[in-house]
Parts: sequence; C-alpha cells; structure tokens
Amino acid sequence: MTIRGAAYVAGIYEHPRREIPDRTIFEIHTEVALGALADAGLTMADVDAVFCDSTTGMGAFSLVTHWGLQPTYFDNTETGGSSYLAHVGHAAAAIAAGKCSVALVTLAGKPRSGAGVERMSFMPGPESGFESTWGVSGAPHSYALAAQRHMHEFGTTAEQLAEIKVAASIHAQHNPNALLPYAVTIEDVVNSPMVADPLHRLDCCVVTDGGGALVIVSPEVARSLGRTNAKILGHGEAIKHTNNGRIDLTYTGAVWSGPRAFAEAGVSVKDIDYASIYDSFTITVLQTIEDLGFCEKGKGGAFVSDGALVAPHGILPFNTDGGGLCNNHPSNRGGMTKVIEAVRQLRGEAHPAVQVPDCQVALAHGTGGSLGSRHGSVTVILGQENA
Amino acid sequence: MSTLPNPAPIITSTSQAFWDATTEGRFTLQKCDACDLVVWVPRRTCPACWQENLRTFDASGKGTVYSFTIIRKGSGEWKEVGPYVYAYVELDEGPRVQTNIVGCPVEDVHIGMKVEVEWHDTGKGAAIYRFHPAG
Repeated sequence: MTIRGAAYVAGIYEHPRREIPDRTIFEIHTEVALGALADAGLTMADVDAVFCDSTTGMGAFSLVTHWGLQPTYFDNTETGGSSYLAHVGHAAAAIAAGKCSVALVTLAGKPRSGAGVERMSFMPGPESGFESTWGVSGAPHSYALAAQRHMHEFGTTAEQLAEIKVAASIHAQHNPNALLPYAVTIEDVVNSPMVADPLHRLDCCVVTDGGGALVIVSPEVARSLGRTNAKILGHGEAIKHTNNGRIDLTYTGAVWSGPRAFAEAGVSVKDIDYASIYDSFTITVLQTIEDLGFCEKGKGGAFVSDGALVAPHGILPFNTDGGGLCNNHPSNRGGMTKVIEAVRQLRGEAHPAVQVPDCQVALAHGTGGSLGSRHGSVTVILGQENA
Repeated sequence: MSTLPNPAPIITSTSQAFWDATTEGRFTLQKCDACDLVVWVPRRTCPACWQENLRTFDASGKGTVYSFTIIRKGSGEWKEVGPYVYAYVELDEGPRVQTNIVGCPVEDVHIGMKVEVEWHDTGKGAAIYRFHPAG
C-alpha cells in the first residue's frame, strides 16, 4: 500500500502577520486553523484528526481541549521545522487506513516578539552534555560547520550561497506580507556582517512570529468540496544524526527521504515543476538540492548560479513566496510555509510574477533541527488531480 | 586571545565516569569488546551491536580539525569574549567531537589542522576539553 492519491491538501492558510505581540500561541493556532478550514470550505466540526508539534504543551492535549474536539486520530511527531511535512505524510497514511477523513495540521509561534510563559524547552538528551559547553547559542553556529566543510570539499563559494538568497529575494518583492519584501544582490549578501564563518547575516532566514495550517482530507471529502485540491503523491522521511561520532557534514537526510518520496510518487526530479526547499540558511538549500538529485553532489554551487532558482523560468523555480530567507519562518520552523506555497503553485494561486506556468507536480522539503548535528528530513510530493 | 567561559556540562549517571576522568586530564573513549567499535558519546550499550560489552580506554588526545566556524559574537557569558572557534575535531581514534579550538588566533584555524587536547576546569567536578594546535 502507498499513500499515492490517498489524500488531498484541501485547505491552506498562512498567517499574514510577522510580529504578533497581542496574541498567545494558542490564539494563533486557532486563527490559522479556522483560516485553513475556511479555505477548504469546512468547519472545525468536520475535523476528526489533529496533528501538531511538541510546542503546544503535552502533545495534542491542550489543542483539542482548547478547540473542544474529540479526534479519532492524533499525531505529535516532532522533527523541528520539518514536522509539518511529516504530518502531511502521516495524515495521508492515517486517511488511507481509514482512521480519519479530515486532518488539521497547525503551527504557531512567537520568536520575534517573545513567547513569554509559552516558551518551549526540551529535555536534554544523552548527547547534550557534550554539545552544550562550546558557546553555541544559535542555529547559524551549527549550520556554519556544514557550510565550511562543503566549501572545503567541493570549492563552494560565498557568492554561490548568496545566489540562493538573491533568488528568494527576487520572489519576495511580490509578497506584500514578506518581512523583507525587496531584492538584494550578491554583494549585499557577502558584505553583510559575518555571523559564523562562512555564514553572513543575509545567509540566514528571518525570525518571525506567525504560523500556518493545512487541512488534509480523504478523496471522498475532496470531491465534495468542488475546488482544486493538491493530491498527495508521495512522502519520505529520515533522521540524520551524528552517527556515533562519524558525522559527515556534506549531506543531509534528504539523501534518504527524497528517494522514498520519489518512489512512492512514481515521479523523478525531471517531473518537478516547482520546489519548496527548506531555507533556514543558504547552505540548507544548496545541500538539499544536491541530495534530492537535482544536481550531482558537490555541484550545487554551480547549479544555483545564473538564476536557476528564479521563477517562473529558472531550471528549478523555488520558494516563490520569498521563503524563510525573506518572507516568513514562523516559530523558527519553515516546513509549514513550504507546503503552503507548493499548494498555491499547484492551484495557480502564486503571485502572477512568480507563478510557474502549468505547474503539475510540486515538491516540498523540510529540514528540522541542525545540519551540524541531527535533523529530520521530510520530502512531500504533490500534484494536480491527473498527475 | 581571550579566555573562554568554562560552563559545567550536563552530567548523567551514564556520563559520570567520563567526566570524572577529565579531572585527571584523561580523555576516555569506549570500545566494544564484541564488535571493536570505538563509541562516542559514552553509553551503556554499543550502538552497532547493542551488547553491554563497552570497555573504557584512554584516548591519545590528538586529532584533526574536521570543520569549524568562527562565532563572531556569542550570547550570555560568551557575549563579551570576542570571536571564538567552534569545531568538530576528528580524534585519532575515529570519533568527531564538538569542541573549541584555542591557543592560536581564530584566523589561523583551518580544516586539516593537527590539534591536541587541553583541559579547562569548570570548578564543578569536571573539566571540559578544548584543542590547541599540535606542537
């Protein structure tokens, strides 16, 4: 059994704000949930499955309490910013198994204005004592290790990484909600302050409040809604970790999640019309493009040069909402918005300046955690009804 | 070159023996008697064959920089120390461990650099390991 065609993304909603000091995280969850349900033409009363990360209290307890739901299925898979892509795959599998028919996936967080009492924390793992005493206080510090090694092995340059930011910024110009809705140049990126060599400030994603939601439904429900839905074609997931101290920093878990998703979807890289690639940092995009097979390992720098990622006519149009690099990275977790923009592309609802003509098959990929230690990689492939 | 903070590590009953050895200037590793694997980080069961046959031995304290970054500005007690190096050092015994590189200007650190361990007492029953260029 596969999930190909077993479920559809029928509703999407991205919170329009990027700084939300006047709402709690649970209020934002509710706002995005209602937004996605309205987009699908459904209501909270139709929801029979709830998917969320671990930042909502203990599992789904608080969310279903808050919403007054009695779901038949729930899932709190936590793989950082890739969680929501995992939720898409898990929801499709649950729907295929007959466990539920209307699944709600939500994300909310407030790293920009401050989460206050809702601030999350994790229990330390067995490895934490060996990783917490070196002055590492932000994600850039860990991702920089991967970027440095990639440069060393393959000759990747700062200018090539900057191309990725430039492409995202060209798209962000057309998104009035983007935190940084303007184009930047390669010089802007490489001349911005160094945060952690070789990553500059403009190699890093934005920090935003906000959230988003998805409604994933059975084929029967999808047909009843009478609108264009995105068919879920395939999903693959993997955790890449430090491998007993033998970590190789030059690749991501996409080397495993990608082939699983492509096999289930029955498509290849050549069939992908649009890709949402997780862009916590420019290096995240570069390694992921290689690992998904859009180019050879080590050739990502050459691949992204000369506008390959720029929509609508680049070889691989990516992150047409401006991505995490320019638009939105709500709750420091970019996976939700990756799915949302892929669905917009399949519906033909991206901004006209960046809409990929006749977008039939779209890929969304999440990288949650850190390239420098451990992360969850999840690939989802979506398509038009006839895809 | 500035002096870095020496924060105390999180110590569990599993890692207690490792940190006890640090106070004597010994970097210990475990090796699986069943499958010969050198293990990092310390644990009770081998991550390859899942036997409880791990034997502790003293490592050489020598290694090579596998990757690194210069953190331009830290936070908390690291905020005012200036740029410092966070790195993976590949120990001669195999494991790649996270650490700081000290004892040379940050600009001199490079991938492939040979390094040796030095110890920084936390004052809380453990010393943390950092590496400097091999003499």
